[in-house]
Amino acid sequence: MSERTSERTPTGAPPASGVILVDVREPDDVPITPPGDALPGTVRSLDLQVRLLDENDRQAAENRALLKARGIRALNLVSSPGSGKTTLLERTLDALAGQVRCAVLVGDLETDNDARRLRRPGLPVAQITTGGTCHLDASMIARGIAALPLDGVQLLFIENVGNLVCPASFDLGENRRVTLLSCTEGEDKPLKYPPIFTSAHAVILNKIDVAAVLGFDRAAALANIRRVAPKADVFELSARTSEGLDRWLAYLRGLL
Amino acid sequence: MHELGIAESALELALTHARSAGASRVLRIVIRVGALSGVDPDALRFAFSAILPGTVADGAQLQIDPVPAVAYCSACQKDFFPDTDHFFECTTCGQLSATVKQGRELDLVRLEMI
Repeated sequence: MSERTSERTPTGAPPASGVILVDVREPDDVPITPPGDALPGTVRSLDLQVRLLDENDRQAAENRALLKARGIRALNLVSSPGSGKTTLLERTLDALAGQVRCAVLVGDLETDNDARRLRRPGLPVAQITTGGTCHLDASMIARGIAALPLDGVQLLFIENVGNLVCPASFDLGENRRVTLLSCTEGEDKPLKYPPIFTSAHAVILNKIDVAAVLGFDRAAALANIRRVAPKADVFELSARTSEGLDRWLAYLRGLL
Repeated sequence: MHELGIAESALELALTHARSAGASRVLRIVIRVGALSGVDPDALRFAFSAILPGTVADGAQLQIDPVPAVAYCSACQKDFFPDTDHFFECTTCGQLSATVKQGRELDLVRLEMI
């Protein structure tokens, strides 16, 4: 700017024409921001009416179509951290081994610990590390699907990031959303975090083997689940002891 | 706290539209947030305040239009406003309803610009 000023307002002897140039124009690279309120009549309104989750929903529909074309049914497992999603998957994969061909996508903020736990001979497993994002979205699933060898797979389990809030808003293209609640949590969790339960096709009450020890009121928890998710299939089980697992396995076989 | 991601995609969308409309400055961004959308308006506002600087929407007003939840009771055959946002217990007969008529909205509604 100082260079330009010295060019345009030369000091010393006037140029041959005898005219002294005083350039007061703003240099082009400085944006001009109108100060204060805009002048009346200059404000334009642009009506958009666009859904913000449109892009996610479009990708989810694409995932759903792709999975359907390959004959794969997908389940999205959601819960708070530590409710037993990975343990339930371990039991489920072992019980279905040799009968139903499964694949797993696991989402976590960091580490591939869960994917390691779920490794089984012949089982396609991929870890999606979100690096801080609190949920899986449909585009992450699209990349996960592309990375997995899915030939002959019948059931795809998606273990979402442990979080009872954000995953509720994101359709992944799954056929069934399954929300877990464990007896180490409060009976009133469905009332505190309704969207994740309301949007579930199935709700699993896990860790029933320790309910009595913890003084967990199973009837109250079930009533709360019913209250926010009146249409959901409800399963009471212990992934650790396999108590109640049969009904869950029958539900999965029923999806095929 | 996925409001940051929501705010980022909303701003990206708003800036794209503002650019193609030849705007030099965006003064107002109007977003519709349903009571069942899972988005907290305060968190959304906070996220916007963090990402607006340095864009043509710097200093823009964020207007959040809240949308209350509306459910439908099949017994009474009418819509009702649930007492709380998430328990769809008919306010007339007490029957539980899982039919949501309104409240999941999360929309970029309108821009004001010069």
